Amino acid sequence: MSSASGAATAAGTKPKLAIYWAASCGGCEISILGIDTKILDVAAAFELVMCPCIMDGKVRDIEQLEDGAIAVCLFNGSIRNSEQEYMAQLLRRKSKVLVAFGSCAHEGCIPGLANLHDKQAIFENSYQETESTENPQRVRPQTATTVPEGTLHLPVFYDTVRTLDQTVDVDYYLPGCPPESPKIWEAIQAIVAGNLPPKGTVIGSDTTVCDDCKRIRNVKKVKQFKRTWEIIPDPEICLLEQGLLCCGIATRAGCGALCPQVNSPCIGCYGPNNDVHDFGARLMSAVASVIDADNPKDINAIISQGIPDPVGTFYRFGLAGSLLRRSKRPAGSDGGH
Amino acid sequence: MKRVSIDPITRLEGHGKIDIFLDDAGDVANAYLQIPELRGFEKFCTGRPAEDMPNLTARICGVCPEAHHLAATKAIDRVFHVDPPPTAKKLRELFYSIFFATDHTTHFYALGGPDFVVGPQAPKAERNILGVISKVGMDIAGKVLKMRRDGHHLIKMIGGRAVHPNWGLPGGVSRGITEEQRQEIEKLGREAIEFAKFSLQLFRDVVLGNTEYVNLIKSDTYTHKTYNMGTVDENNKVNFYDGKIRVVGPDGKEKFKFDSKDYKQYVAERVEPWSYLKFPYLKQIGWKGFVDGADSGVYKATPLSRLNASDGMATPLAQAEYEKFYEALGGKPVNPTLATHWARLIELTYATENWVKLATDPDITGKEFRRLPTETPTEGVGCVEAPRGTLTHHYATDERGILTRVNLIVGTTNNNAPICMSVKKAAQGLIKKGKVSEGLLNMVEMAFRAYDPCFGCATHSLPGQMPLEVRLRNADGDVVERLSQYLD
Repeated sequence: MSSASGAATAAGTKPKLAIYWAASCGGCEISILGIDTKILDVAAAFELVMCPCIMDGKVRDIEQLEDGAIAVCLFNGSIRNSEQEYMAQLLRRKSKVLVAFGSCAHEGCIPGLANLHDKQAIFENSYQETESTENPQRVRPQTATTVPEGTLHLPVFYDTVRTLDQTVDVDYYLPGCPPESPKIWEAIQAIVAGNLPPKGTVIGSDTTVCDDCKRIRNVKKVKQFKRTWEIIPDPEICLLEQGLLCCGIATRAGCGALCPQVNSPCIGCYGPNNDVHDFGARLMSAVASVIDADNPKDINAIISQGIPDPVGTFYRFGLAGSLLRRSKRPAGSDGGH
Repeated sequence: MKRVSIDPITRLEGHGKIDIFLDDAGDVANAYLQIPELRGFEKFCTGRPAEDMPNLTARICGVCPEAHHLAATKAIDRVFHVDPPPTAKKLRELFYSIFFATDHTTHFYALGGPDFVVGPQAPKAERNILGVISKVGMDIAGKVLKMRRDGHHLIKMIGGRAVHPNWGLPGGVSRGITEEQRQEIEKLGREAIEFAKFSLQLFRDVVLGNTEYVNLIKSDTYTHKTYNMGTVDENNKVNFYDGKIRVVGPDGKEKFKFDSKDYKQYVAERVEPWSYLKFPYLKQIGWKGFVDGADSGVYKATPLSRLNASDGMATPLAQAEYEKFYEALGGKPVNPTLATHWARLIELTYATENWVKLATDPDITGKEFRRLPTETPTEGVGCVEAPRGTLTHHYATDERGILTRVNLIVGTTNNNAPICMSVKKAAQGLIKKGKVSEGLLNMVEMAFRAYDPCFGCATHSLPGQMPLEVRLRNADGDVVERLSQYLD
C-alpha cells in the first residue's frame, strides 16, 4: 500500500470519503480546492479513499471494499460512456451516501445539450465535418482496434447523456456549475455533523437568485427581449426588467447572485427549486409572467424575436435531467443509453 | 508479443491509457496513448446564439475556463465585426495574466515541480505537494496557497466567478473595474512578481545546482526535435492574449507566421480509430506518422514551444531569464521536454510583470469597456495561448448570430502526437529485452507531465497526478507482472 493510504488506514475508524468525476470538466474539483485551508479539516474528518485529482484511487481497491464501506461519495460529472456507467454503479454499491455533486451529475449541465443529437451525428461532426479535420478514409474511433501489435480498446460512447440519478439511486444533490466553495463547505459540515436532510433533498436554500440579487425591481413588464450584445444594461436595475433573459427568477439561490454583480444575466447553473419538476417549463412560465402582452400571438412574437434559441436558453443546464431529456431518437440508436 | 498497459488507476477510469507493445526480442515495438472520451461541444453548440459561447465553452474545462472564455469572446468579436475599446482589451489581458500566473503556479508546485524539488528518484509517495512542503518548508506552502488564493479572488472580482466567469461579450466585457479594485489588483500583482522571482530562485538552487538533474533534462530520452508553435506580438515577443501565431522548425528558424483566422491553411487534424482525441499536425508539412524532424508535421505547443517560437519576452525580468535559459541550454531551439518546467517559470514571471503593467495602465479603469456591434454577424476565429497550448475557436453563424458551424482546437490536443512520442521514447529507454525497469513508471510519468496534459480540455480530467500502473502481459493477454508506484 502507499504510505498515504497506509497512514489513513492506521488512523483507523474515520469514515471513508470518495470524490469521483465522470463526464465533467474538473471545475467541481477546483471549487472543492477553493475551500482553501479547510481542506485540512476535511482530511482530519475523513479517510479519503478515492480522489483522482489529488491522490491514487485504484478502482481495484474500491472493488475490494465491502458494499456500503464508503460513508460518503461526492460524484460529479454526467454519464456518457460505459466506463462512467460502471463507476457510477460501483460507487453506488460501495457508498452509504451518494451525492450528485454539481450540475452535470445533478441535471446534465451544458454537456447534456449533446442530447439534441445522437452519437452518429456527434461523430460525423467531430471526425468529418469540422473544418480542420482531414479524414478522407472516414475513420471513426472504434471500441476495439486491431493494430499491428495487438488490439486496443475504447469505452462505448452512448447516444444519450444521463444524469447520475438516471443511472443509479442518488441520496442527495449539490447544485451549481460548479457549486460555490462556501456551499460545499456547508454541505461537508452537515455531513460531518450527521445533520442530513431527508433522502432526495437538494442541499441548499429554497429561495431564488432574485432573492439574493441587490438590483432594483420596479415590477415592470417587458415588451421586448434583448440579447446580451444588444444593450449595455444599467448596473442598478433588474436585468430581466431591462429585457435581458436573466434566469435568476427561476434559479435556486446559493451563489450569492454573482453573475448579475458583473452586469451579466444569471444563466441558471444552480437549477430549479424544490418541487419543480422541469426547470425549463418553470423558467418559461416565469418569463411569460413578465411579458407585457395579453394574447398568445403577441407573446409568441416577443419570444421568437428576442429568444432565438429556446431549448439552449431554457434548458441550458437541465436538458438531460428534464422531462424532455433528449431529442427524438432515430431508429437504430442505442436505446436508453 | 507482450503488452505493457499503463492505466491511470485502471482502464475504467477514463483518464487516458497507455499501451506499450514489445516485439519478440522484448524491445518496444510501439506505444499508444488513448483518450477514452469525447463530449461533442462542436456539434451541440451549433444552434446556440454565438454570444453564449464564452459561457458554454468554459465548461470544456474547469481548470482553464478563462482560456476558453476569452478565446470564445475574441471569436465573437470577429463574428459580430466589432473591435473592443482599449480598456476592454487591456482588462481581458489583465484578467488572463492573473489566470496564467495562478495556473502555472499550480502546475509547478503541485504537479510538475515535485519531480525535481523532491527528486526524480524519491519515493512516489513523497513526490507531491506535501513532499515539496516537507523539503522546503511550510512558509513556501503558505506562499503557494496565497498565490492561488489571490489569483482566484481577483478572477472572481473581475470576471464574476472563480470558476466559469460570465464576463466576455462581443466588443468588450460586461463590467469594468473601479480604482479601489485596481489598487488591490496592483498590490497583489507586485507580491506575485516577488513570488515568481522566488520560484525561479528555488528552481536555480534545487534543479540547476544539481548536475544530475541538469543531465536528466538534457538527456536524449526526453528530447524531441519537432516544430514549435506559439503566439507572438509585433516584436515577436511571447504573448498569451493576442498576436500572430508563429511556427519555428526543428532548426529554430521561422517556418510559418499567420493570423489566427487563417489557421485552417496551417493546421489539420487526423483521426485514429484507437483514440477519441484527434491528432493535429502542420498541414503544409503533412502527416508522416509519430516521428520527429523537419519532414514531419508534428508540432508542440507548450511553454517551451512558445519560448522557442519567439524572439524573447516583453517584460524585463522575464527577458533576463529567457536569455539565461538559452545560454544554459545551448541556444535555440531548446528541445528537451523537461526544460518545459523552466520555461513555465519564465512565463510565470512574464505573467506577473504583465499583470502589474496592465494594472498600472491609465486606461484600465476607463469607462468605455464595451462597444456595441452594429454589423450583421458572420464568421470569426478567436485564438489565445492556453497554458497548455494554442487554443483556437472558430464559429460561423446565420444573420441572427445563431451558430451554424463550430470548430475547436484546444491546448492539450495540439500535443497529442508529441505526448505519444515522448511516452514511446521513454519506454524505449527503459525497456530492453523484455526487462521492464522499475524506473519506467517515474520516467514515463515525467515525460508525460512536462506537457501539463490537461485532459480536462482534451477530455475531462485534471492535469493532476497520473497514478500509473504497469501491467506486463504475455501474448495471451494474461498479466505476468504488475508494477505500481503506489505499491510497496
